[in-house]
Amino acid sequence: MDLFVSQLMIGIQAGVVYASLALALVLIYRTTGLLNFAQGEMALLSTYLTWKFTDYGLPVWVSIVASVLVSFAGGALVERVVMRPVEQSSPLVLVIVTIGMFLALNAITQVIFGTDDKHLPRAYPFEVWEVAGIRVRSDTLVLIGVLVAECVLLWYLVQKTKLGLALRAVASNPDSSRLVGVSVGTMLMVGWGLAAGLGALAGALVVPTTPALTPGSMQSILVFAFAAAALGGFDSPLGAVVGGLVMGVANALTVEYVDALDGIELVVPFGLILLVLLFRPAGLFGRVHVERV
Amino acid sequence: MAGGRPWASPNRVAAWLVGIAVLAFLLYVPQYYEATTVNRYTTAIFIGIAAMGLNILTGYNGQVSIGHGAFFALGGYTSALLMRDAGWPFLATVPIAALVCFVVGALVGFPALRVKGLYLALVTLGLAVVFPDVARKFVNSTDGFFDHNGEPGTVQLSIREHLAPPFWHDWFADPIADRLRDWIGARDQWAYYCALFLGLLLLLGVWLISRSRFGRALIAVRDHEAAAATVGIDLARVKVAAFALSALYAGVAGSLAVMINRSASVTKQEVFQDSIFFLVAVVIGGTATVVGPMIGAFILVFVQEWLDESDWLSDLLDDQRARLASPALFGIALILAMYVLPDGLVGGSRRLLRRLKRRRPVSEAAVT
Repeated sequence: MDLFVSQLMIGIQAGVVYASLALALVLIYRTTGLLNFAQGEMALLSTYLTWKFTDYGLPVWVSIVASVLVSFAGGALVERVVMRPVEQSSPLVLVIVTIGMFLALNAITQVIFGTDDKHLPRAYPFEVWEVAGIRVRSDTLVLIGVLVAECVLLWYLVQKTKLGLALRAVASNPDSSRLVGVSVGTMLMVGWGLAAGLGALAGALVVPTTPALTPGSMQSILVFAFAAAALGGFDSPLGAVVGGLVMGVANALTVEYVDALDGIELVVPFGLILLVLLFRPAGLFGRVHVERV
Repeated sequence: MAGGRPWASPNRVAAWLVGIAVLAFLLYVPQYYEATTVNRYTTAIFIGIAAMGLNILTGYNGQVSIGHGAFFALGGYTSALLMRDAGWPFLATVPIAALVCFVVGALVGFPALRVKGLYLALVTLGLAVVFPDVARKFVNSTDGFFDHNGEPGTVQLSIREHLAPPFWHDWFADPIADRLRDWIGARDQWAYYCALFLGLLLLLGVWLISRSRFGRALIAVRDHEAAAATVGIDLARVKVAAFALSALYAGVAGSLAVMINRSASVTKQEVFQDSIFFLVAVVIGGTATVVGPMIGAFILVFVQEWLDESDWLSDLLDDQRARLASPALFGIALILAMYVLPDGLVGGSRRLLRRLKRRRPVSEAAVT
């Protein structure tokens, strides 16, 4: 039982990580209808930036906030400079452009910061508590807390503010929203900025719980984040969170309990996705798109 | 004949002349260049083959896959295992690899009937992520074989036994065999001609598909599923067939890659990179065109080589950084290419041709 619960905790912690990045993916998807392959690498660059700030001697929390702000600006800039010229092109062209960005950002990170391991300190004390025989790490609690805060803030922003209304309007119908005076370009920039900021936050909190910050840090996380987003439905933030947790827990439990799948644990999360998509082609919480013929 | 154009119109003649010139050049490549360069051409050809296959699925049928690296790897394993464990000659393994990938592709294609667009892309990504693990686990445990390095999931091939060209003197009289040995006696030449032969065969396949009833069905399903179903196209069959065929192409490409890499191996990064490479080749060359993906593959391979080996980058940065920076330039070049030629090289040059023709009635052969 203890083993089960501790595996569950490991799974939840990993799941929260996937969920944060999946949330960023969903955010861009909702505002732009685009799957951003470069999301992980944007977060990577942001995380290196955070590391650089702490390297200059800034306190960790200050570094994270600074990096989130810079990333917000960077994300908006990427939308304006890189994505805007191809905004009207076919989805395939957009996919290729984000792949180009994926390659470029990863390489640029390596050129600027080098390939050796970096160590980003935690922004909070690391502790392990024993609660009724279950080991709880402060990492898990902080990540959960931040994720919950993110969700509440995002929900408030998107559902309750004028900016959120404009964001949703642009997502559902750019042409009409332009007609009623919403600046589509600005909203897209805000969407990208938010996603980049979320990625920066996720990276800065996740990386200290891993052995080191390397240029490959984000890639496996990104794959899981994609999977989480697909599981929950690309247009549903709630789905991203649930999907992330399911992926994390399923993976952790398979690792522990199913010996036959030793080495191929990944079959479980992806099998799960396939199964879910077969019955709900738009993900667990996604809205089904109905076409009028 | 579409449009009833005369057989010997100037455009046709120009296209034939260009085609023959290119073919002659390709046939001559391994007689002229040294082995490294020949291997690079072979690489471009097999990447082009995989891209052609993906083009059937993504270009003509509109289903995006970012997991075809898995089929590529599967084809490679099939060939490598047959050569190593069953002692088959290379060319005999190719049809088996194609068949295995065709069947697996059809199986993977079934979920694709329900899952669409981005979600399908994600399912195929899952394939690319899971396959390396599966291979690592089963390639070893099933035949209990560890190669010299003990690296799990790698099938090492012996150059002398598996990859060398056939011994022509067993097959032909000495004068003929001597000539053959001169032309295709070296390992790189043999691999190249195998790739070229299969590449042309499969190119012909795409050309025939693009002009057939099946090809038109693919396009109809891509452009409007509901309308296609209304006119009596069996959606399920067309989509699954597209998947299976594209997997077959990727499998053949994977077999050929074994000849160059001297082993079949698989890491997550490779499979992911291959998958993306194929997609990029399709889009750079021109989606839903017959020769586009092959041209795209050649551009990719040679641009990358140029970036990797050019000196100006090393002059600008120090050596290690220059090596790190080359993917950055590649990525940026990719983005710029999409700005300038969103419809790929073939689509772009068609537009250019049309514009030139509007000014002057005599066509420019050189532009293709």
